Amino acid sequence: MLAYIVRRLLLLPVVLFGVTLIIFAMVQMVGPYKRLSLYVSDATLAHIHSDEELVRLVHKYGLDRPIYEQYAGWLSGLFHGRLGYSPTAHLMVQDALVKYLPTTAELALFSLIPLVFFAIRLGVFSAVRQNTLGDHLTRILAITGWSLPTFVAGLLLLLFFYKWFPAGRLSVWTIPIVNSPDWHSFTRMYTIDAVLNGNWRVFLDALRHMVLPIVTLSYISWALILRITRSSMLETLRQDYVTTARAKGLPEKIVINRHARRNALIPVATVAGWTIAGLMGGVVITETIFNYPGLGRFAASAALQLDIAAVLGFALFNGLLLVSANLIVDVMYAFIDPRVRLE
Amino acid sequence: MMLDLLRRGTRLVWGALRRFFSSRAVRKFFSTPTSATGFFLVFAFAVIALLAPVLAPPRPGSNAYMIPRDSYLNEPQPPSKEHPLGTTSGQYDIWYGLVWGTRTAFRIGIVVTFGSALIGILIGTLAAFYSRVFGEISMRIVDIFMTMPFLIAAMVMTTVLGTGIDNVMVALIAFGWMTYARLARGDVMTVKNLDYVQAARAVGASDWRIITRHLLPNAIFPLFVMATMDIGSMVLAAAGLSFLGLGAELGYADWGQMVSFARNWMSGTVGSPLVFWYTIIFPGLTIVLFGLGWNLMGDGLRDIFDPRMRGSK
Repeated sequence: MLAYIVRRLLLLPVVLFGVTLIIFAMVQMVGPYKRLSLYVSDATLAHIHSDEELVRLVHKYGLDRPIYEQYAGWLSGLFHGRLGYSPTAHLMVQDALVKYLPTTAELALFSLIPLVFFAIRLGVFSAVRQNTLGDHLTRILAITGWSLPTFVAGLLLLLFFYKWFPAGRLSVWTIPIVNSPDWHSFTRMYTIDAVLNGNWRVFLDALRHMVLPIVTLSYISWALILRITRSSMLETLRQDYVTTARAKGLPEKIVINRHARRNALIPVATVAGWTIAGLMGGVVITETIFNYPGLGRFAASAALQLDIAAVLGFALFNGLLLVSANLIVDVMYAFIDPRVRLE
Repeated sequence: MMLDLLRRGTRLVWGALRRFFSSRAVRKFFSTPTSATGFFLVFAFAVIALLAPVLAPPRPGSNAYMIPRDSYLNEPQPPSKEHPLGTTSGQYDIWYGLVWGTRTAFRIGIVVTFGSALIGILIGTLAAFYSRVFGEISMRIVDIFMTMPFLIAAMVMTTVLGTGIDNVMVALIAFGWMTYARLARGDVMTVKNLDYVQAARAVGASDWRIITRHLLPNAIFPLFVMATMDIGSMVLAAAGLSFLGLGAELGYADWGQMVSFARNWMSGTVGSPLVFWYTIIFPGLTIVLFGLGWNLMGDGLRDIFDPRMRGSK
């Protein structure tokens, strides 16, 4: 078990190193002047007025040196937490990421709730009542979800529910409250801060703005999780030990909840990594639709302005997130499924 | 003589077609409501794409892929006689954009899927055939490419390459080949040790001949199914990038762009929130039906080609 975890941990830096290589290779397609924003360690880039200054900076940051030296320079910057300067945010990229992260984290956390509570339940329900009307309806829901892209779903929701659930982050009357000196910012996630401050009106207002993004964001992964839960559950229900449990005369509820569902959820755990990738990809589009000021909207507007440093910073952050998520899933997997440990 | 040859040829083709359509697999494909619906949808879209110049005649002398506009008025206009589905933000005709956008969609779907399948199959086959070092290395590269969320990776690539349909296609191929490589490697590995491959080797066939004549034809069917399902999702991904403004140039007939035009009008006007419904409903429905068509068809093909899936649905 320990060897397994250690092996996975050792692989982590290798994979991350590979990710930086790919990203670095992609960036080589643009010229050194555009790449400059990746290397600068302060906001000097915003105050450049002449070509001579640019040339001087290119030289200063070693962009005229051999390619492996450029890579080493960039990598050392990454190690020191320097991701370059983003003209879109008028901030260093690392500061911009930190600024927008709580907003997106809040959205992503809330989006996991419907996934865990409804998608898995529906999948189990669908498998247990295979070929009934409920099963067919659930499957139609899943396959539509598969084909309904986020940006269409989000806009449709906005069209029908805008009156009750507006876009943006907070209402006009709430903003002065959260900016006032009496307001304590603990997490910069407004719903949680509102609870900690004991202000329920702010809580409700923040939540109201998040309802549609949450539905849109979780809908992407709904279909996948529902599908996998269903097929895995169907397979488990045919296993001998389920038949044995039934033959012992156990009530159907216990057979399903204790014997079948637990084992059926093992493959679902594997796609947890993909779900996070899907969520982060979905965040870009969802936040753009609902004008929700988080990482995703920031990355989208940065991409539109060809702000390379910001987009790369966002991608690297996602790579790191995904690799760590997969690591956690793998380790958890070993705990859930003894067969993995023995391999 | 000529006529005889022609007659015999026709009979041959006709016979092959009849055998194909009466085979069990194909009969099953068309008698299953879901896969038949999928086929019908895709077929309908193909007809629309082919008949685009008839369904939505372009203005003479202009680039047919650029959506014509009556004026530069911002506010969308409801369906009318000249504009059967209305006009979207900036007076772009919705019907025209959707019809010609079908061609764009097919182009993106086919080019991207074909490109990534080709690269993936090449790498996967080589990885399986020369399995040791090369196989290990290439599979680790696949792992690394898979570490980045697809949409975000494609976003980075278009930011670096610059926006535009062609760059979107390059970006989608660059981050879409990995699943094919994995699948191809697995399939070729299973086929590789079968007797007939050993036999081919024993009679002195070259590596190239073994790969192209013996391994690939037997390993390709699962890839074919995957490619079918991929066409739909690649078009959706490209539309997503276009929606963000990273895809087609302004005014180019592209579904993602049609949806992005709708973006600022969803709140409606005071008192009538649904007034601009046509800006999202028509493009949205088109995209959904297209994706649904390919997905249903892919599902049906999988049932046919993969015996393990039979009865499990």
